Amino acid sequence: MAEQHSPLEQFQIRRLVPIEIGGVDASFTNSAVFMVIAVALVTLLMTYSMRGRAMVPGRLQSIAELGYEFIANMLQENVGSAGRKYFPFVFTLFMFILFSNLLGMIPYSFTPTSHIVVTFAMAFVVFVGVTVIGFARHGLHFLGYFVPKDVPWPLLFLLVPIEVLSYFIRPVSLSLRLFANMMAGHTMLKVFAGFVVALGVLGGWAPLAFVVALTGLEIGIAFLQAYVFTILTCLYLNDAVHLHH
Amino acid sequence: MPQLNLLDFPPQLVWLAITFVILYLVMAKVALPRVAEVLETRAERIRDDLDRATELRNEAMAAQATYEKALAEARAQAQNVMRETSAKLTAAAAARQAELAAELTAKTKAAEATIAAAKAKAIADLQSVAAEAARSATQRLIGVEVSPADAARVAAATLKERG
Repeated sequence: MAEQHSPLEQFQIRRLVPIEIGGVDASFTNSAVFMVIAVALVTLLMTYSMRGRAMVPGRLQSIAELGYEFIANMLQENVGSAGRKYFPFVFTLFMFILFSNLLGMIPYSFTPTSHIVVTFAMAFVVFVGVTVIGFARHGLHFLGYFVPKDVPWPLLFLLVPIEVLSYFIRPVSLSLRLFANMMAGHTMLKVFAGFVVALGVLGGWAPLAFVVALTGLEIGIAFLQAYVFTILTCLYLNDAVHLHH
Repeated sequence: MPQLNLLDFPPQLVWLAITFVILYLVMAKVALPRVAEVLETRAERIRDDLDRATELRNEAMAAQATYEKALAEARAQAQNVMRETSAKLTAAAAARQAELAAELTAKTKAAEATIAAAKAKAIADLQSVAAEAARSATQRLIGVEVSPADAARVAAATLKERG
């Protein structure tokens, strides 16, 4: 049974082209391959499909416009018109996560978002960016965000630390949610796919059916988690821009 | 768990930064402005079309109002003409009827006169015949010659008495 793979083996990082720049390991890995593919696909979707600038959109152009309007509306509803200038970032974030997640659904591919370091890096950028925006727009008044209004003052000794803690926990929860969903889904798929082989022609149908159903669910989760990550980013942005609780 | 291998962090972070920044730049500088432009153009076109449709509808409604006004005028005029003609015809008919009635009355009167004359003459004739018959009968019966004047007087009195 030397060929028995661990369900976690699919998350192994492989250096395809070892590169080192100034002592930093910048190797081109299997993760990087799928990041590049995701970027290429998003670029293709958003530019190639719009090349005709058709008045009546075709299928691909409809998808591109749908994506644009989906994120634009999300930003408008959650942040208002002040969020307009962060639209390219939010849109990039959504598309990058969505395509990373979806690419991972192709067998033998790799899911860049199944690594905590990737999701945490994105969540951290969002966290730092939102905090910087908050201080840039409101100066030290931004600290008032941690002080709930209309609360008897003795309670503040309890509530302010909770508010601060929950604020700093944001990047952790944001990144863990995406990472855990991706990892759990893929691991489960792998485990049940293993059962198919182990149970053979007679008994393998049940886990196979389960794997098929799970694949559908995972595609839904790929969309849902990209959406959740993006809408939470919008909500954090709203807190920073408008400061009300 | 491969996700916790610290040695794998730097290459992932480097390539995440590279790919994400490239995607951001492409989206921000090329793709999203293009989509926005298309959506804006479409919205403008739809707005223009709606405006033009409203304009055309207003024009059509104005044309209809003009048409209806003209129609009402024509109808009123036609009714006037009809009323006038009808009045004229009625007047003419009344005049002719009056004329006819007068003529008939005249004719009736003339005929009545003729009849009266004829009747009077007949009565006169009857009187003379009766007087003559009475005179000759008297002579035959009693042999008395009655003067024509007396006979005429008696005949007239008798005729008067009998109606």
